[in-house]
Amino acid sequence: MNDFSYTQAASAKEATGRLKDQAQAAYIAGGTTLLDLMKANLQEHPQLVDINLLPFKGIEQTKDGLRIGALERMSVVGEHPLVVQAFPAISQSLLLAASPQLRNMASIGGNILQRTRCGYFRDAAFPCNKRVPGSGCPAQTGDNHNLAILGVSDSCIANSYPGDLSVALAAFDAVLTLENAKGKQRRVPLTEFYLLPGTTPQKETVLEPGELIVAVTIPTAAHTQRSTYLKVRERSSYAYALASAAVGLDVQAGTIRAARVALGGVGAQPWRSREAEQALVGQPATDATFRAAAAAALRGAQPREHNRYKVELAQNTLVRALQQVAAG
Amino acid sequence: MDNEPQFFETNAAPGVVGQPLSRVDGWAKVTGQARYSAEYNQLPGLVHAVLKTSDVAKGRVTSIDTSAAQRQPGVLAIFTHENLPKLAKTPNNPDDRKAFASSPMSFFPMASDQVHYAGQPVAMVVADTLEHAQYAATLLKVNIAAEVPVSSYLDPKATSYVPKNVKGTAGVTKRGDAQAAFRSAPVQLTATYHHATNHHNPMEPGATTAHWEAPDRLTVYDTTQGVSETQKTLAAMLGLATEQVRVVTKYLGGGFGCKAWVWPHVVLAPLAAKAVGRPVKLVLTRPQQFTGMGHREEQEQTLRLGATKEGKLLGIVHEKTSTTSPWDDYAETNSRIINMLYALPAFESTYHLAKASVMTSTSTRAPGDMPGSFAIECSMDDLAYQLGLDPIQVRLLNYAEKDATNGHPWSSKSLKQCYARGAELFGWSKRNPKNGQTRQGKLLVGYGMATASYPVHNSVGNARVRLYADGRAVVQAGATDLGTGTYTIITQVAADALGVPPENVRFELGDTILPTTQWSGGSTAAGRVSSSVYLAAQEVWQKLIKAAVMDKKSPLYGAKAADVVMEKGRLQLKADPGKGEAFGEVMKRASLSDVEGTAQGRYGSVYKEPGATADANMNKEEKEAAAGYSMHAFGTHFCEVHVDPELGTVRVARWVSVMSAGRILNPKTARSQVIGGAIFGIGSALMEQTVRDPNLARYTNADLASYHVPVNADIPNMTVDFIDEHDPHVNAMGVKGIGEISIVGVTAAVANAVFHATGRRLRSLPMTPDKVLEALRQPA
Repeated sequence: MNDFSYTQAASAKEATGRLKDQAQAAYIAGGTTLLDLMKANLQEHPQLVDINLLPFKGIEQTKDGLRIGALERMSVVGEHPLVVQAFPAISQSLLLAASPQLRNMASIGGNILQRTRCGYFRDAAFPCNKRVPGSGCPAQTGDNHNLAILGVSDSCIANSYPGDLSVALAAFDAVLTLENAKGKQRRVPLTEFYLLPGTTPQKETVLEPGELIVAVTIPTAAHTQRSTYLKVRERSSYAYALASAAVGLDVQAGTIRAARVALGGVGAQPWRSREAEQALVGQPATDATFRAAAAAALRGAQPREHNRYKVELAQNTLVRALQQVAAG
Repeated sequence: MDNEPQFFETNAAPGVVGQPLSRVDGWAKVTGQARYSAEYNQLPGLVHAVLKTSDVAKGRVTSIDTSAAQRQPGVLAIFTHENLPKLAKTPNNPDDRKAFASSPMSFFPMASDQVHYAGQPVAMVVADTLEHAQYAATLLKVNIAAEVPVSSYLDPKATSYVPKNVKGTAGVTKRGDAQAAFRSAPVQLTATYHHATNHHNPMEPGATTAHWEAPDRLTVYDTTQGVSETQKTLAAMLGLATEQVRVVTKYLGGGFGCKAWVWPHVVLAPLAAKAVGRPVKLVLTRPQQFTGMGHREEQEQTLRLGATKEGKLLGIVHEKTSTTSPWDDYAETNSRIINMLYALPAFESTYHLAKASVMTSTSTRAPGDMPGSFAIECSMDDLAYQLGLDPIQVRLLNYAEKDATNGHPWSSKSLKQCYARGAELFGWSKRNPKNGQTRQGKLLVGYGMATASYPVHNSVGNARVRLYADGRAVVQAGATDLGTGTYTIITQVAADALGVPPENVRFELGDTILPTTQWSGGSTAAGRVSSSVYLAAQEVWQKLIKAAVMDKKSPLYGAKAADVVMEKGRLQLKADPGKGEAFGEVMKRASLSDVEGTAQGRYGSVYKEPGATADANMNKEEKEAAAGYSMHAFGTHFCEVHVDPELGTVRVARWVSVMSAGRILNPKTARSQVIGGAIFGIGSALMEQTVRDPNLARYTNADLASYHVPVNADIPNMTVDFIDEHDPHVNAMGVKGIGEISIVGVTAAVANAVFHATGRRLRSLPMTPDKVLEALRQPA
C-alpha cells in the first residue's frame, strides 16, 4: 500500500471540496472495501477523506418511502424494526451478507459501491479490462465459475457489484440521492446507477468524480412487505452469492397484482428483471407462473464454459423465492 | 526389548492420563502471551523482508529495475537472482539434496533467471519497517520474457508419464494378478474420481525470523513442524555445522503438512539477515501462502473393482493421474490405503504424472490416504448398493483380519467395534436401504458412512525429565505442538509417570537445544514423545530406587531394586506397599536437588528393535516384517446430509466419528483433533478448491474470501467416541496418532450420504451446487 494522507471532513462541502482539489483522493466510510483494494494495490489514493462525520444518517419513513442515510451501517439497517417489518427482503439481503464484524463497519453507501470479486480483477498480476482498460479479459476462457451471465460483454463478465443489498434495492425501485461539489443534489434510480460493461467495463456507475451518495429511498408498497431475499452459495455463511433473488409480490385472491424481481450473482450489475415481473403480473400465483417468470428472467443469458449452471440455478432460486413469498 | 517397562503394567492406577485435561497452554494463547514465530519483535535491530513474486507462470527474468525501490526510505537491501548470496548446498543439485533432512522440492528460486511457476519469488526487499519493505517491493520493475505455461495434467499441452517412483512407492506395483481377477470377476465396478487442488491454509502463515547471534551461530524462529529437520537442512544449505543452527518453534498456528518442510522463504530470511547484519523477519502474505508452501495436487483416480456376487473383493486395479512440478516426480500415494483396507487378494496400482508450471505439491493432511479413501470407500458403497447389501455389511464381509499386503497380523485393530459403536450412536438402523427415498420438506436426506485408517509411521526421539526434590518437574523434548495439544498430553504423561500432579510439570518443546526428536507429522508425535518421556521418567525412578535401597536410613534399605515400584510419587515394595517412602525423602537425605533421566522413545515397528535407527524414509515393510505386525489406527465416520435438489446445496446435518487409536491420552484434545480432521474433510468434500487459470497457470482465488473453508454454520454438532484399545506392540505407551486418520474417509462418507439422498453418485470434489445440479439432471 502507498503512503496516503488522511483527513476527516466535517461537512459534505468540505468533503467534496477535498476531492475537487485532489482528484485521486477517495472517500472512506467503513473502509471494508476500500482498504482491501488499497492493500492489494488495486487502487492507489494519495489522500483519504473520512466522511463518517457527515450527517448522512437516519432510517425513517418519509412520504417517498423508507429513507436510509448512506452512512448508516449494514448491521444497524438490517436489524432496524422498520426495515425488518416493512422491507424484509432488504433486511435479509443485509444480514445474509459478509460477517457480523464487516456489517458493523460497512456503510450503506460503501456497500452500494463495492467492487467485483472477480479473481482476475482482484489480482493485479492478471490482465483485466476493468482494471487496465484494453489489457484483456482472461475470465472469458478461464475461471468464470462465479461470474455473470446477464448483461456481460466480450470485454468483461464480472459481477461488477458482487453483493446483496443493491439486488434488493434494484427490485424495489430504490432511488439514490447524490450530492456533488456544488452542493447540488440529484436523484438517480438504483437501476440506472450501475453501468453495463460494454466496451468500457472500467466505468461502473454514473457517479461523477467527487459526488457522494447521501441516502437511498425505497418506496413502500404491498410488495415490499411481502418480500424475501434468497441467497445460494457454496457455504452457509460468509460467501458471495452464486445466485440470489430479491422478490416482492402483491397477491390478491390468488392473482398477482404487482411483482418485483431482481437477481444477484448472475448479472453484470444487480439484475432487475422486468421480463419476469411482466410474466407474473395478472397471473395466478402458481409454480407454472413462477417457472415462466424464471425462464423469462434468464432468456438473455450468455453463459461461458464454467458458469452455465447459473442459468438453471438462478431460475430455481427465483422460483423458490417466489414460492416462499407466495406462501408467506 | 522385552524387559522394557510398559505403561500398562507399571502404572495401572488411574491418573491424569486419559482425563480431559484442558490445554495447559490455553491461558497463554488466549491472553496473547504465547509467542509465535513472527512475534520475536524484541530482537535488537529487527528488520523486515518482503518477497516479490512472479506474475507469470513460466519464463526468464530479463531485468529487474530496483532503482525506484532502492531510493525508498528505510530500504536496506534488495536481492534478486543476480545478487542473492550462494547457498553451500542447494535443492537444485540432487547430490546436495541428499544432505537435507527436509526439502520439499528440487528447486530453489532466485538461483537463476528461470521462472517456473506463478508466485515464485523473484526478488526480496529488506527494510527497516514492514510497510517500507512492502511498498518498495511494489516499485520493483520485474521484466520477464514469458513463455506458454502448462497449467495442469488436464492441459492439452501436458504429457503424462509413469514415473519410476513416487515418494518411495514404485510407479507401478502389483500384488497378485489384479487385472485377471478383475476381468473374470462376476461383479465389476469401474469409476473415476476427481479431486480439486487443495491448500492447507493454516491460520498462521509461513514465517521465519532469522537472527545471527554470531557469524557462526544462527537462531531461527520458524513456523515448522520439525525444529530438528529444519535445523539440519538449514545448516547444510548455509554451510554451517548442525550445532551452529538453533531452531525455535514454541507455538504453531496449524501445520497440516505444509510446515513440515524447509521452503524457500525459510532459507531466504537467514540469507538476508546475514547480508544486512541484522535480524530479519519474513512472513508470507496470504496469497504467497498459496504458492509458498505447497498444496495437495489436483488428481483423478480410476478404480476397477472386481468382486464375487456375494460381495467379496477379488481384485482392484487403481490408476492415478496428477500434476507435478517441472522437477519432481511427486504424487500422494493413494494406493496404500486401497491396498490394505480390506481382505483384498490382488491389487495393482499405476501412477501417471504430468509436469506443469507449478511448484511441487506436498504432504497435506493424511497424504494419499485421504484421496485414496475417497475412491475405495465410494466404490465399496457402490458395491453395497449394487448387491443390495448394507454398506457396513459389505465392509464386514471384506474385513481384513490380517494385513493382506504382507500377511502380518495387526498389532491391534478394533474396526468392528468402531462400526458397531458408530452405527449405534448415529442410528444407522433407521436408514432406508433404498436411496433417494427420504425427504424433509424440499430437502433430500441421506445417510453415509466410510472407513478410516492411517498407518503407524516409525519414529524415534529423545526426551529428558528432571524431577526436583520439591516435587516439581521439567520435561523436555524438541517436539512441536501444531496446536493439537502436545503440550497438554505430554504434561499428563509426565505427571503420571512421575507421580506428581500435572500443575507441577512444565513441558518444554520446540527448540533444538532440547533433546532431539523427530518432527510432528504423520501422526507420530503423540506416540513417540509420550514414550520418550515415560521411559525417561523410568530412568529417574531407577536412579531413586537405587539410592533408596543403598540408603541405610531408608525403609527400603537392602531391598532388591527390582522389588521396588513407584506408586503416585512413593517408592514402595511391590509385595508390601506399606513399606516405602516419598521420593523427596530419599533425595533430601542424599542431598540431591534433582534427578534427571533421559530416554529414547520409539513408535511403530522400531519399538521392539533397539538397534534400529529412526529414518522417515525407512522401509516400513522391512521393519514390519521384523516386528511381525502391521500397525494402523482404524475408525469410521457416519453422516447425514441434506441436499436441496433445486438449489444444489449440500449441508451436513449430523456427524459421528468413532476412532480406535490405542490409548487415548486426553479425550478432550483427541476429540478436537477428530472434529478438526472431519471438518477439514467436509471442506474438501463440499467447497475447497484452488483454481489455476487454464491459460496463465496462475491461481485465481488465492485468498480466504474465495478459497472457501467451512464456517461454523456449515458444521453441525459432532459426536466423537473412541474404542479403548490395548496395543503392546506400537510403543511403550500403547498410543497411536489420531491427527491424520480423522480426515481419512470423510469425503467418502459425505459423498455416500449424497448418493443415499439423491441416488446420484458424485465423484468429483468438491461437490459444489453446479455439480449437484448436473448430477440431478442425469437419470438416477
